[in-house]
Amino acid sequence: MGMLLHTVLFYTFATILIGAALGVVFSRNPVHAIMFLVLAFFQSAMLWMLAEAEFLAIVLVLVYVGAVMVLFLFVVMMLDINVEAVRKGLDRYAPLGIAVALLMAFELVQLIWLRGSAEFGSGGFVPYPEDYNNTKALGSVLYTEHVYAFEIAAVILLLAIVAAITLTMRKRPGLKVQNIAQQVAVRAKDRLRIVKMDAEKKP
Amino acid sequence: MIGLQHYLVVSAMLFVLSIAGIMLNRRNLILMLMCIELMLLAVNFNFVAFSRHLGDDTGQVFVFFILTVAAAEAAIGLAILVTLFRNRRTIDVREMNEMKG
Repeated sequence: MGMLLHTVLFYTFATILIGAALGVVFSRNPVHAIMFLVLAFFQSAMLWMLAEAEFLAIVLVLVYVGAVMVLFLFVVMMLDINVEAVRKGLDRYAPLGIAVALLMAFELVQLIWLRGSAEFGSGGFVPYPEDYNNTKALGSVLYTEHVYAFEIAAVILLLAIVAAITLTMRKRPGLKVQNIAQQVAVRAKDRLRIVKMDAEKKP
Repeated sequence: MIGLQHYLVVSAMLFVLSIAGIMLNRRNLILMLMCIELMLLAVNFNFVAFSRHLGDDTGQVFVFFILTVAAAEAAIGLAILVTLFRNRRTIDVREMNEMKG
């Protein structure tokens, strides 16, 4: 790939990414904010693809855009939030927040830019060799050196499932549900009543 | 030549924007959660950039774990949000002051 094309693509994706992030922060409607967030994640995936981190780029699209963002969208549409009441003017800490953000941005960019070229060199990333396979390389590290961390990650996901279900499950009154244990434990004498009576005579 | 600095600057701008978003959107808990997601994305950008710069794939494995934890956090956060909205009919963070001393 030509260097010029690479540079143009990087700046295009980065610009759209920052624009989408601005959209997330300043949009009035939560659904619009989620759409901007989807755009931001997609642009990040493109940038990672440009940096030859292909596996993570695909995972970002599949997991974030495909699952987490849909979950956000689902919750926003389910909750029926009053948009006008929620976004009526900015918070009273807003000027302070913007000032802190601008200061931090200025300092961070200045430090990275001034010290970066001296410390890291101005060259780009060293390209991987032709036969390099990002997925294979990540897998060979993930399942050997970091296998305990991988298992802990699995437990964390299980914990998240349990926590989310426990938090959102509720007992609604008047709901007809089966109690399997009660049904199995029932005996004939609980349900069946034998009435002794004289035989009916023919009139 | 696009290198480490470019990625770090994009990451820094993303991080700062999401901090501003958390301070600005204190009326809306969902937007705060979304800003936290953006912040984690900025952190992941740093990991990917340094992994490529140093030629060490461990950084990308870290991103994998951060993505896992972020997904779990989003699920639990949204569950708390749903419960909160069910009980209070609002997601305004400034009205959640029952524990004020």
